[in-house]
Amino acid sequence: MAKVLMKGNEAIGAAAIEAGCRYFFGYPITPQSELPEYMARELPKVGGVFLQAESEIAAINMVYGAAGAGARVMTSSSSPGISLKQEGISYIAGAELPCLIVNIMRGGPGLGSIQPSQTDYFQATRGGGNGDYRVVVLAPANVQELVDLVMEGFDIADQYRNPVMVLGDGMIGQMMEPVELRKPKPRELPPKDWATDGTKGKRKPNIINSLYLAAEELEAHNKRLQEKYRKIMENEVKVESYKIEDADVVIAAYGTTSRIAKTAISQLEKEGYKVGLIRPITLWPYPYDEFDKINDKCKGILTVEMNSGQMVDDVKIAVKGRFPVYFHGRTGGMVPTPNEIIDKVKKIYGGEM
Amino acid sequence: MVLNDKRIRIIVGHFGSGKSEFSINYAVKLSQVKKKVVLADLDIVNLYFRSREKEEELKKLGIKVIGSSIKGLAADLPAISSEIYGPIQDESCDLVIDVGGDPNGARVLGMYSNYFTKDNYDMFFVLNGNRPETQTVKKSIEYLRKIENTARIQVTGIVNNTHMLKSTTYKDVLKGQALAEKLSQELNIPIRYISVIEKVVKDLPDNLEGEIFPIKLYLREEWMV
Repeated sequence: MAKVLMKGNEAIGAAAIEAGCRYFFGYPITPQSELPEYMARELPKVGGVFLQAESEIAAINMVYGAAGAGARVMTSSSSPGISLKQEGISYIAGAELPCLIVNIMRGGPGLGSIQPSQTDYFQATRGGGNGDYRVVVLAPANVQELVDLVMEGFDIADQYRNPVMVLGDGMIGQMMEPVELRKPKPRELPPKDWATDGTKGKRKPNIINSLYLAAEELEAHNKRLQEKYRKIMENEVKVESYKIEDADVVIAAYGTTSRIAKTAISQLEKEGYKVGLIRPITLWPYPYDEFDKINDKCKGILTVEMNSGQMVDDVKIAVKGRFPVYFHGRTGGMVPTPNEIIDKVKKIYGGEM
Repeated sequence: MVLNDKRIRIIVGHFGSGKSEFSINYAVKLSQVKKKVVLADLDIVNLYFRSREKEEELKKLGIKVIGSSIKGLAADLPAISSEIYGPIQDESCDLVIDVGGDPNGARVLGMYSNYFTKDNYDMFFVLNGNRPETQTVKKSIEYLRKIENTARIQVTGIVNNTHMLKSTTYKDVLKGQALAEKLSQELNIPIRYISVIEKVVKDLPDNLEGEIFPIKLYLREEWMV
């Protein structure tokens, strides 16, 4: 397919349909409403179902049901709507079902604003619902990567029987960019022999459930889950890094802010500064090991986020106290500028931070 | 020549075709030859990347920007300002109306349709052949006709705005031009402008139908592609 221009939210829909998703349950919210709108228009054309639920809670439970029946299914929302879905996400993780959840983040807390933010990092990576569970969190930085990660996200979900979240800020959802739909590297996906799709009189009924009343059974279930999460941590980390072996300052940023950081870095390089970048593409599992490659002479790490400092905690875990960790953030829908980042980097260089 | 167009210029098209960038650039060009230029942003579809975001910059060029009646708020409310009745009726005013995408966006025009006469308005259909929904003549006609029906006025010119953002080449423009020509023949509507980023202008042949209209990208930050 030749490249076309698509808005992030439309591109998510196109990628999902290309990946074989035929079921979308959701509830509109700015700034991701172009996605349900796209699905409402396009899914019926391919024999799929778009359903606007009566609420976010209903939508995520429809996803639970469809995933339990073995369907490729997704939902999407923006920050406050994702908060409403947390109970369902915990159930889906507990019942070990594959599905894709898209969060196009807006400013918070509460209703906040409709402008872009990255304030749901904690919620996405630490689990907004109850219980010891993990969701794979993918953080695209441009519309092409968004499309690629949506397609691969369905495969990751199926491979591990686990919910996968695509976490983009409002800018990624609203931005228009060239895209091409291309298949991810093929994975060997296990058969969905656990799905409740009818016994046809040939097997015992499958049961989808997250309730284990016997303590021993629930502990065994949790051990299985942790074993699975360990495998995901081993196999699924994605990260992009730039010149960290030689940098005096390393910037850590993901999504839209990583692009602004890159613009700042190319300006700083012109002025003779040596600045590297670590851009996590998976926020869980987090690319902790990548930070080990930073050279010992590095003066410090600058984390840039559209929030008041969330990923910065993971950066601190990752550097194990080897370097000072600094933070620059904007909130409320304000987007950091390259110049703000340039100023901070120069201050770190000058020992002024 | 922007001076040859009618006093009220209405910019419509499929969602994401580049109407706002064209509208801003058109208003800027107009402000170089006319004194009382008004840009009315009637976009009730998009929430980001709207021409009203450039109000301060445009004000400095003497362009009055009309946005929502709800000032200073990034709200997803489809509110428009009654101020627009002024420049619609004031014959000393040159008005550019940036309309939201698709028939949904064009709906707001319906309520002004009584004010538009064949002598006072042009309606330009912005076409981007790189958008998946307007890559064929058939689909482009569908969008154009639906927009006309909702707006209750007719398109008077086509703007070929086929691009790939900052990576646009002359090939994109020519691909869009072929589409625009077919659309133009089919509907008997002239191609009025070929809207293209400045750096590509020198690569274009000089025998194309429509005026080459070099544009700057006002709504793309430096870190965007």
